[in-house]
Amino acid sequence: MTTVAETLARPPRLGVGTRVWRFVARHALTVYAILAVGYLIVPIAVVIMFSFNHPPGRFNYVWHKFTFDNWIHWNSVLGIQSALEKSLEVATLATLVATALGTMIALAIVRHRFFGRATTNVVVFLPMSTPEIVMGSSLLALFLNDQNTIQLGFWTIFIAHVMFIISFVVVTVKARLIGFDRHLEEAAMDLGANEWTTFQKVTLPLLAPAILAAGLLGFALSIDDFVITYLNAGPVQTFPIFVWGIARVAVPPQVNVVASAIFLVAIALGLANVVWQYRAAKSTRGRT
Amino acid sequence: MLWLTFFFLLPMGFLGYQSLQSGLFPNFHFTWAFSNFSTALSDYHTQLIRSFAYAGIATIACLVLAYPLAYWIAFRAGPWRNLFLLFIVAPFFVTYLVRTLAWLNILADEGPVVRILRDIHVLGPNGRLLATTFAVVAGITYNFFPFMALPLYVSLEQIDERLLEAAKDLYASPTKAFLRVTVPLSMPGIVAGTLLTFIPAAGDFINAALLGTPNQSMIGNVIQAKFLESLDYPTAASLSFILMGTILVILLIYAKIVGPEKLTG
Repeated sequence: MTTVAETLARPPRLGVGTRVWRFVARHALTVYAILAVGYLIVPIAVVIMFSFNHPPGRFNYVWHKFTFDNWIHWNSVLGIQSALEKSLEVATLATLVATALGTMIALAIVRHRFFGRATTNVVVFLPMSTPEIVMGSSLLALFLNDQNTIQLGFWTIFIAHVMFIISFVVVTVKARLIGFDRHLEEAAMDLGANEWTTFQKVTLPLLAPAILAAGLLGFALSIDDFVITYLNAGPVQTFPIFVWGIARVAVPPQVNVVASAIFLVAIALGLANVVWQYRAAKSTRGRT
Repeated sequence: MLWLTFFFLLPMGFLGYQSLQSGLFPNFHFTWAFSNFSTALSDYHTQLIRSFAYAGIATIACLVLAYPLAYWIAFRAGPWRNLFLLFIVAPFFVTYLVRTLAWLNILADEGPVVRILRDIHVLGPNGRLLATTFAVVAGITYNFFPFMALPLYVSLEQIDERLLEAAKDLYASPTKAFLRVTVPLSMPGIVAGTLLTFIPAAGDFINAALLGTPNQSMIGNVIQAKFLESLDYPTAASLSFILMGTILVILLIYAKIVGPEKLTG
């Protein structure tokens, strides 16, 4: 690439050559970008497509016939509904708790100087820089302690999920807090609000977008997590664990249905966000 | 607020402590059994090396594939920017296992990709893609692609385009401007992206389990099987400790090369 560029860019036809090179580069890049996005999207399309497949045998590998049956009878596969419900339950509960705790930790790290603050910073970062398998097994080692006092199941999954969601919440909220204008809080205090009222009426609303984003991210991570959950689940089945189990036999199209449904909900939220940001950008541009 | 943190700092600190200790947990007694480590290492060093090799190849593949895309989104996408960002994260919205299973469909022996490759004789008439190293590495590359693309995008997006204009004014060719200005300025993104890809990829076992055979099994497969199938906790724990330790060593070497401030910043 370097040599091509240099031969083109060098005299005698410097101006034209450079322009030609740039033209090619620009369009090659656009084409590449579209191809790369295709690479990202194709497997998703495959998932959705095969949710409409009517497989001839047990294996849903080859396209056979179009059908809506899988979507209508999505819960006809034993265990899929309870697994999905379990996933949603864990995700909701863990996200709520982790978001609350994470926000408080972020506030403490940014606002207060206390003994162990640097350590907290590092500890928060650890789960994100550890392979899931290590984190999952260290939690399992904790739960498996000598006397078998802890039953693996819903609550161990819950604890594990809270652990890894917290980190993402702290990082997201912290980023917002660092750019936070504290004069707003001081103003509230000057106007006679006590600390709690200030927090409720000023700090929290300003942090709300970050907290919401963190919560959504946490929810998505929780519902998708397999490795940590699998190690700490005991007999409980969440949706990913259900998929893992059934993947050893034959994956029914209903699994694709549930995955597609989750995807469509998430992408709808994402698109709404894109549109919203686009509008926001437009309106600020209009103002200035 | 302050005491709350302490309250939550404790269990988190305990977790960190526990994960460091776990390697020294022989069956039910604590006997400083360091031999766990040596046996684990001698039994499973192939899987360990393989994990890092696969993760390394996948990380480089991600970098090469994601850089142009991130560059395009940052500099050329214009109003399409957010939409393309959404495309990048779209795979995250499909359950990890299911999107890996989708590659089973795509790479299946009866599938279109294998048929075309057979027709153009890249593969032999009985050649297959599934259950090969290629399938596993490709699966890892796909699954961790967004982890690479997003940090790259963030750092490329922050580059002041005037700097590139300045480079051009100083008679740098586009290639030179790219190599001397764009790449160094996007270094934080490259560092973050490679770490975010490499670390989880090294511990991954889903791709190897679904798209490969025992010949492609990685350290994650071993740890998982030791914990849940053969109930050999000490070996499993020391293996995950070794994995963690190796990653830390790689991190340190990496930090030495790129400069420590770039890792934390």
